Amino acid sequence: MKNKKITKIGTAVFILLLFAGFAYTFSHGLFDPLSEWREEAEQLSGGQTTVFNESVNAFGEAAPNLSGNKDLFFVTGNAFFKRNWVTAPASTEDLDGLGPLFNARSCSTCHNLDGRGSPPESPDEHPVDLLFRLTRPTPDSIRSRPDENYGGQFNHLSVLGVDPEGEVQVTYYEISGEYPDGTTYTLREPVYEFKNLKYGDFPDDIMISPRIAQHLVGLGLLEAIDEETLQSLSDPNDSDGDGISGKVNIVYNHETDQMEIGRFGWKANQPTVRQQTALAFREDIGITSALFPDELCAEFQNECTEARSGGEPELTEDILDRVTLYTEVIAVPARRNWNDSDVLKGKRAFHNIGCASCHIQKLETGVHPEHPELSNQTIYPYTDLLLHDMGEGLADHAPDAKATGTEWRTPPLWGIGLIETVSGHTYFLHDGRARNLEEAILWHGGEAEESREQFKELSKEERDNLIKFLNSL
Amino acid sequence: MKKYVFTSLTFLSLLLVSCSSGPDLKPVIENYADIAHAGYQDALTDAENLQQAVNNFTESPSDSTLQAAKEAWLTSRETYGRTEAFRFYGGPIDDEDGPEAQLNAWPLDESYIDYVVEPANGDMESEGTNIINSPEEFPEINKEMIASLNEQGGETNVSSGYHAVEFLLWGQDLSDGPGGGERPYTDYVTGPEGTFEHQERRAKYLNETAALIVDDLQMLVNEWRPNDNNYRAFFTSEEELENSLERILNGVGKLSKGELAGERMFVSLDLRSKEDEHSCFSDNTHRDIVANAIGIRSVLTGTYTQPNGEVISGPSVLDVIAERNQQLAEEIGGTLDASVEASREIQAPFDQEILDREGRQRIMDTINILREQGDLIAEAAAEFGFTVDPDAI
Repeated sequence: MKNKKITKIGTAVFILLLFAGFAYTFSHGLFDPLSEWREEAEQLSGGQTTVFNESVNAFGEAAPNLSGNKDLFFVTGNAFFKRNWVTAPASTEDLDGLGPLFNARSCSTCHNLDGRGSPPESPDEHPVDLLFRLTRPTPDSIRSRPDENYGGQFNHLSVLGVDPEGEVQVTYYEISGEYPDGTTYTLREPVYEFKNLKYGDFPDDIMISPRIAQHLVGLGLLEAIDEETLQSLSDPNDSDGDGISGKVNIVYNHETDQMEIGRFGWKANQPTVRQQTALAFREDIGITSALFPDELCAEFQNECTEARSGGEPELTEDILDRVTLYTEVIAVPARRNWNDSDVLKGKRAFHNIGCASCHIQKLETGVHPEHPELSNQTIYPYTDLLLHDMGEGLADHAPDAKATGTEWRTPPLWGIGLIETVSGHTYFLHDGRARNLEEAILWHGGEAEESREQFKELSKEERDNLIKFLNSL
Repeated sequence: MKKYVFTSLTFLSLLLVSCSSGPDLKPVIENYADIAHAGYQDALTDAENLQQAVNNFTESPSDSTLQAAKEAWLTSRETYGRTEAFRFYGGPIDDEDGPEAQLNAWPLDESYIDYVVEPANGDMESEGTNIINSPEEFPEINKEMIASLNEQGGETNVSSGYHAVEFLLWGQDLSDGPGGGERPYTDYVTGPEGTFEHQERRAKYLNETAALIVDDLQMLVNEWRPNDNNYRAFFTSEEELENSLERILNGVGKLSKGELAGERMFVSLDLRSKEDEHSCFSDNTHRDIVANAIGIRSVLTGTYTQPNGEVISGPSVLDVIAERNQQLAEEIGGTLDASVEASREIQAPFDQEILDREGRQRIMDTINILREQGDLIAEAAAEFGFTVDPDAI
């Protein structure tokens, strides 16, 4: 009798211990199948420069670790990022020189709230955030050159007295597809019609590359990644035979007078944030700088060439310094829901089907030449900054430095889950054709075709989880 | 026993209700709306006076009528500047269809509107290409045409509002040193005495721009008028009171730190940029700053003194903050007075003040107080569980 009671107590104690043990192991993730996908500090996408902001201003904060007066310089840079430029001459001397040909009056026209641009909603609407690079092949077919009549970019606006270049109408046609599980989807492919061309018809061999404004977080961090790191990620001849052959773009640095690795732009055709900024000032707003002293007038655009300049150059070095600093130190917002089990399952799928081969999750920055605050950070940009063949579906057939007509740079994915909050839409890819992340994935071809097919093979639930993961970035 | 429990429950719930709602917000929000209404009404009255003075000037251009129009413009800036404390929360002034950009756009695309001395297009002898001297491209100058320029390329308007009137009265600022624009009244005289062609079109542009300012301000007065089916009715409704408090704090926090201390003052100070200032044609930027600082103080103290000397006063936002955190309310009260005083020390013209060592110090002192004030307002907002980012404008 007494023994029985002892046995009962013993059993109870044993069961209790067993429960406690289970509880302990579960709470410490020992039996958790997702624990290997959790990573300490992975929510801090920008390392110590990460900010916690999921509001409409999520892309508007400076890195919190800035030293000295940089937070105030950030304010100045932001002001000039938003400020409208006006026709020269003007009493506001530092702000004149708009055009003669231009696409926008300010940086923030297209990068509103430092977010992502959207394509026009209807064929009647002229694209504003979406611009068109124009090039012509050269006889050696290695390089390309700007067009004699239209220059290197299509500018649909102009100052009074100079004709704008013309208009673009965007229409889409739908392409239907089906997942193996029977779910159907539609993609839309854009067609561009250039009308009312004021400087003559386009020549037959013109190459037109549409490019939409990208969101601007963490650019200084990407600038701080060592060249060796990028070279080590590249595999131009696919020597490891995984079907993925990322290569670095090699472009001209107008400041150092040297060929360097390209990091920025849809084809990685700019080596530094400063050069990208100065180039955008000239190509998009028509503002010349010490780096790009010539107005954006094509060889035969005489009115444009004769129009009054806002100074030589129009952009003071101080303003370029501030706007460059601003764009370099805009902080990356932290991830949300990164520990959610659906998100972790989505992350697992993202890795398992090979997305992470190009959208590299984690990198270390080296030393940033200007901003030690950005140096030696562990970051989660989801890019390798390399060029990859993305197939015919996305091709623009317009080579750009080492990038071929089917190659694009892997865009960083940090912040994409906040695009809808900040920019009010979910249009993705270089021309905004994808209406959501799922469509963006389905457009992947070329080196990414295998991953896309594997994505389609996933169950609906797994696909949804993968999207949830992307939205947590 | 049952009754006892019931009574104590009632008492408890009353206690909870009174704890959660604090002092009555309704009169505070109503008082704010009264001040907004009076503020826009005063701005409208001054704008109507400006319109009248501008009409008089263009009808009989002379030095004295030009001077009278300039004075009316300077007066109108005092009352409009105070109303900027009602911005930055998507209210009638700057919601999606709000007229802010049409009223106060800056910098002004002056050579798009009228001649400037070094004309665009490289031809130094002509008057350049601009709206006023392009009758073929712009046959009719009227309010609708000026407002429609707003749509050009999906961009904000840089050809209308107070600064367009300022440019058409004072003219281009060519000075390297002190001094604003020096437009002669003869720019509006037809016949042999007249300077620069298309005087009648210039007069039309000036009159129509002034008329557009009046229209926009009238709309704002209507939206804040009591006992109407308008924005004010929404803003002061029972279910919006908490949200409206958040809006109010957002408005003054952002104006104080991000806009005034940041974009308008620090940017000029930082780059020592000539004419990188709001009222550059008239050299009136120093008053724009004071008017903004006074506007912020009126909103938070719930006390607004009208130009005619009448005072509107009532339960204030500062009182509500004091209920939560007395010390914080006192600190804000301190910065409100200090910011107005410091801004009054800034000497005209602003474009010379930013080059002068002592002037720079006076501007920086004001910036520091306004920045601190913005941060304190954000702290106050946090006391109510609101998130106000005074840098985000």
